Amino acid sequence: MLIKRSPNGIELPFSSEITPRAVYEGRRDFIRQLAVGAIGSAALMEMAQREAFAQGVRPKLAGKLNPAYSALDKPTPYKDATSYNNFYEFGTDKSEPAMYAGSLKTHPWTVGIEGEVKKPMTLDLDSLLKLAPLEERVYRLRCVEGWSMVIPWVGYSFSEIMKKVEPTSNAKYVEFISLADKKQMPGVGSRVLDWPYTEGLRIDEAAHPLALLTLGMYGEVLPNQNGAPVRMVLPWKYGFKSAKSIVKIRFVREQPRTSWNLSAPNEYGFYSNVNPEVDHPRWSQASERRIGEDGFLARKRKTLMFNGYADVAPLYAGMDLKKFY
Amino acid sequence: MAVQLTARQLGWLKGALFVLALLPLARMVVLTVTGQLVEPLEFITRGTGDWTLYLLTVTLAITPLRRLTGWNWLVKLRRMAGLYVFFYGLLHFLTFLWFDHFFDVQEMWKDVLKRPFITVGFIAFVLLIPLAVTSTNGMMRRMGGKAWQRLHQLIYLIAPLAVLHFWWMKAGKHLLGQPILFAGIFGGLLLFRLRGKFAKAAKLA
Repeated sequence: MLIKRSPNGIELPFSSEITPRAVYEGRRDFIRQLAVGAIGSAALMEMAQREAFAQGVRPKLAGKLNPAYSALDKPTPYKDATSYNNFYEFGTDKSEPAMYAGSLKTHPWTVGIEGEVKKPMTLDLDSLLKLAPLEERVYRLRCVEGWSMVIPWVGYSFSEIMKKVEPTSNAKYVEFISLADKKQMPGVGSRVLDWPYTEGLRIDEAAHPLALLTLGMYGEVLPNQNGAPVRMVLPWKYGFKSAKSIVKIRFVREQPRTSWNLSAPNEYGFYSNVNPEVDHPRWSQASERRIGEDGFLARKRKTLMFNGYADVAPLYAGMDLKKFY
Repeated sequence: MAVQLTARQLGWLKGALFVLALLPLARMVVLTVTGQLVEPLEFITRGTGDWTLYLLTVTLAITPLRRLTGWNWLVKLRRMAGLYVFFYGLLHFLTFLWFDHFFDVQEMWKDVLKRPFITVGFIAFVLLIPLAVTSTNGMMRRMGGKAWQRLHQLIYLIAPLAVLHFWWMKAGKHLLGQPILFAGIFGGLLLFRLRGKFAKAAKLA
């Protein structure tokens, strides 16, 4: 384990690797100077400062390390995890979310929880933060594209939400809907996917303790490009199953129609569990490249069934995972 | 107006183009060595593929451009452009063999045979090899102009295969803007040539 533990979370040995934030701050400084110098408007300056706060200095968000759910892999450098992202609402290139997600306003933010539940509710961020004790979990993240990272997330099991809203016996699936606001998200104008981005889980998958409702990473609140202010993290599934910037959670009777499955059903199934034996039509899923670690001189590393999270295997007992990919 | 070039000017132009066409590779190397890329292997794989297509466009545009402008010296740049298509195509293939399969040729073959988008890309690359090999003056003489020309018409098979490779690669995410653009450009350049052929045939008749 390369991260130091402390009573309220971890202390990160990465301070030298956080340069992109300096770049960010530099850019925000520039905007601020522009606002002050060229225009001199107090309102603009205030806006620029608020922006600087939003992206430059990220508030701390500590969680108690949960060793049972923490991988021993070396965490991916913060810089890589925050500058190499798939978040199509901000563009299809992996560098674009870090460039453009600054326009996302994460305050105020509410998540509506509705559908087949006894107690539908709308939760703001404060309520979400207080809903259950925050934990830190170091999860492997396997992208369907064949690369992987290791990220210390901060959040709690999604089952805590379920306890609060009390799904009825009709609730067979959970649907997660992301924000789709063209004004804040330049990529939403594109026709790559049907917006809003929609993901889903079977109810027993959602109830599995590994399914993490996530509010932070690396001991800080989520950066916008990583799905701020609230997202799911499902480490045994390909990354795209973990919806970002969630505004609505619906408990439903039927299997939800999920964005990537609608877009290319032969490539992205509803389950999309990490499975080295089921190829993507255009590439093998048997191996992966760990970002920041595996380079030119290494063969790709083997991908593990369920990304190494064998705990979830009973959820799929008796299912043909080649058919339900 | 037909611009004429002296041998010296043409030499300079060739030198400049030679350096210019190496810049994309230089950029990839610099960005990689200075650690500015999160995932250099992906960047290089895509970059070499993109530049193969760009230079293929340049190569195919030379003859139409020459006809339109009357700048006959343009044809003297065609061999270098074509060889650069092969050069970036070779690098692209090597990134696939290296980064994807770490030189495991057997695994590579499996991939080539199993995945249509790789199959067509691989065929396009293999077909470039005889063109590169026969690009010298000596080979041209030995083969005779007619046979040489017939062989080099393979480019009209290679170009659509390359676009198909790119198209299928992008199709999963419906990002077809660029593939459509390349298909349009290649189609347009091909039509221009066919029109020229028909015009010639009509004149003879």
